[in-house]
Amino acid sequence: MEILYLLIPISVMLVFLIGVLFWWSLQSGQFDDMEGPAHRILQDDDKPPR
Amino acid sequence: MGHLPRAAFKNPVFLGNASPAVDSDCFHCGLPLADKHVYPVKFRLAEKPTCCLGCQAAASAIISAGLGAYYEQRTALPPAPNTLSEQPLTQLAMFDLPEVQSSFVQPLGENEREATLIIEGITCPACVWLIERQLGKLPGIVAAEINYASQRAHLRWDERRSHLSDILRAVASIGYNAHPYSADKQASVRHAQRKALLWQLFVAGFAMMQVMMYALPVYLAGEGEMAPDILQLMRWASLVLTTPVVFYAAAPFFRGAWRDLRLRRLGMDVPVALAIAVAYGASCWATLSSQGDVYFDSVSMFVFLLLGGRYLEHIARAKAAESAERLVKARPAVARLMGSYPSGNNEKMVAASTLRSGDIVRVLPGDTVPADGMVVEGVSSVDEAMLTGESRPVDKLKGDTLTGGTINQISPMIMRVTQTGSASRLAAIERLLDRALAQRPAIAIEAERVAGWFVGLVLLTAVIAAAVWMAIDAQRALWVAVSVLAVTCPCALSLATPVALTVATGRLAKTGMLAIRGNAIETLARVSHVVFDKTGTLTQGLLSLEKTVSLSILPPSRCLNIACALEQASEHPIAQVFLAAGEQVGEKVFPVADGLVNFPGGGVEGLICGKRYRLGSLQHVAQLCQRPVPPQLSDLMQDGDASVVVLGDEQGFLAAFLLNDKLRPDARIAVSRLRHMGKQVWLLSGDSPGPVAKIARQAAVDHYLAEQTPAQKLAVVKRLQQAGAVVAMVGDGVNDAPVLGQAQVSIAMGGASDLAQSAADMVLLSSKLMGVPDAVLLAQKTLLIIKQNLWWAMAYNLVALPLAVAGYVTPWMAGLGMSLSSLIVVWNALRLGRVARADLIQIHQPAPTALAQGME
Repeated sequence: MEILYLLIPISVMLVFLIGVLFWWSLQSGQFDDMEGPAHRILQDDDKPPR
Repeated sequence: MGHLPRAAFKNPVFLGNASPAVDSDCFHCGLPLADKHVYPVKFRLAEKPTCCLGCQAAASAIISAGLGAYYEQRTALPPAPNTLSEQPLTQLAMFDLPEVQSSFVQPLGENEREATLIIEGITCPACVWLIERQLGKLPGIVAAEINYASQRAHLRWDERRSHLSDILRAVASIGYNAHPYSADKQASVRHAQRKALLWQLFVAGFAMMQVMMYALPVYLAGEGEMAPDILQLMRWASLVLTTPVVFYAAAPFFRGAWRDLRLRRLGMDVPVALAIAVAYGASCWATLSSQGDVYFDSVSMFVFLLLGGRYLEHIARAKAAESAERLVKARPAVARLMGSYPSGNNEKMVAASTLRSGDIVRVLPGDTVPADGMVVEGVSSVDEAMLTGESRPVDKLKGDTLTGGTINQISPMIMRVTQTGSASRLAAIERLLDRALAQRPAIAIEAERVAGWFVGLVLLTAVIAAAVWMAIDAQRALWVAVSVLAVTCPCALSLATPVALTVATGRLAKTGMLAIRGNAIETLARVSHVVFDKTGTLTQGLLSLEKTVSLSILPPSRCLNIACALEQASEHPIAQVFLAAGEQVGEKVFPVADGLVNFPGGGVEGLICGKRYRLGSLQHVAQLCQRPVPPQLSDLMQDGDASVVVLGDEQGFLAAFLLNDKLRPDARIAVSRLRHMGKQVWLLSGDSPGPVAKIARQAAVDHYLAEQTPAQKLAVVKRLQQAGAVVAMVGDGVNDAPVLGQAQVSIAMGGASDLAQSAADMVLLSSKLMGVPDAVLLAQKTLLIIKQNLWWAMAYNLVALPLAVAGYVTPWMAGLGMSLSSLIVVWNALRLGRVARADLIQIHQPAPTALAQGME
């Protein structure tokens, strides 16, 4: 169980790291539009004309 | 997707594609067609019908730009281009003037420009795709990104290769409207708030998950199964992760509690803040002293749940504010200043914000009046619908006053500016509104008062329990006090109302009713009087030809034919009524009218087969035929039931056309349902008694009052309120805004002016009046659920409190009990989301006899 002495501090650091990542994505505007991108991925530009 | 069989694309269910179901609907906007061969477009080798020139132009622009895939991808139909707010293409060139651009365009480097546009008419994600592709085809566009949620386009372009007017024109050509948008301070504050809330929510949620990871082994492990140093390590980890939750994410609750305390009252934020502070403080102390229990998981979960509710509330409020923001666009950006009037006639484009009182401005047909002022030259009609909600244009002669934001319809006018900016009438109405909003009776105060008592009681109990236990067993005193606070932690109490309201808000939004202010639903449930406005609320707000009365030997159909011929070239809204009526009876080819002359404020004159005809007001026609007015006609005029347009030639009067505003199709049934539910239904209108009485009869309302000014309406509502009524006001015009603010709960129609919408507690987006009785019923159900929740929370607290005081409850049991009791509250509230519409209707089937009774 000694590994826990390492794992628990690592998990705390990971939480802060992920927090920083989320902060960055929030500031760069990735959460500004919560609806559009979900649809955007389904829209093809290259549908063959008939 | 290219390899899928062709048949798959044709299946509307497969793609969720919203194409007109039948070929008798317009290919572009889906409205039913009068005639399928008038405005065809070619799509995928097949000819498709459209309903009007606007749709035809938009559809062919889209198809010829190679963006036809839009029609296969869209999931909602766009509005018909002609229903969007008027913005003549000729005016677009003004947006290229540097002085006009200065307020909303930011230069980036030497030639690159940046701006944000509001796009009007976006109905589904395919619209976003379409507009982005369309903009991408312009030369010099560096970036074009549309935010679907806020319907704003963010643009960067090279000024040398494309002008702003080109961009606006490109958007207009495919059937949308783009308006320059300058973010005001409020909007940027709101944006920052949303980001901060989202970040707080994330901090609380992520910390909650991780802290629970550390807490779970402790709950599961038996006595002595875990090494004390591991246990201590996990406590420290929890402490580290919960600290930002308490000091950053929970900050709004502490601020709220501090504000409550400073105002010497006990609000909901006080127990919340206290519970967080005490549980966190005690847990910290337990961690530092290595004894007792920790409740970091409960703390972070509590904060996360409460913040989630706040975030949803913020989204709803931001949406409402954004719709209010569109009012900015109603304000004209530019004006034609005539510096040397009356000696010279040269004019100069200036930004409307630079106008001063006393300036002389020319207003062309289709222009928006740039400021409040007075006509000094010219005669025209002005559309004041954005101000009054009335659809009929108002005639303006020399000396009449003009209101900024209204739209000139017929001919050029020259006006003298009397008031600008904050001194204008529009701004004055806004101020009146602000005052009404500030004075509104806040139902929330009542709920907070009760909660205040409860909080006071809990605090007192905790102190007494601690004092008593000091005498019995000093070591347990603090933990008993914490248990008392935790077990009665007003989680269930403070969740009881917001969760039920949030669920009900979502449920209402699905049926097209947007609840903007938090206490709207609560108040709606207790409503005793429902007051309707007439034009645009009970009625559709659009004039249509009701009846043609022939005054000669000519049959009515022939008279209509002549009228259509005379109006064919006119831009006047009344002309549209005639042409629509002509199309409806299947008339497509009208006789050719020569020598058409427009008499602003009077009507039109023209020659058909050498005969001179006049169409318009009684005086206008009487001038031509010089005959006494037939008694039948003067009776019609006196009825005052509808607007009368007269047709005549040199020999005499030919026909009278009655134009009227039609009742909404579901108005009668909605009113009868409301009455069946025991509500009194009133009709207050600024219109003359004739039409009001007629509409009142048709809709079967209890009471009605005609010729009411906004101030009188306000007085009527105040009188009702003094007699103890809880008033719900349903309206649409800017003139309704003060009344909407005075009523305890107010509902604005979806097509209402933006100001009315921003004054309202709720917006009926679907414009279906049945939404009103449905919302009242759902509100009553919500109140019932809230009461159940409150009773449950009370009962739980009454049982748990004595046990905690007696020392039978350890803090972890208290935490579990608190969580369970809040879960039950949330589950109970979620039942609201499942109330089916059919249930709503069944409960209040109207009794047929109720319709005929109660007329004044």
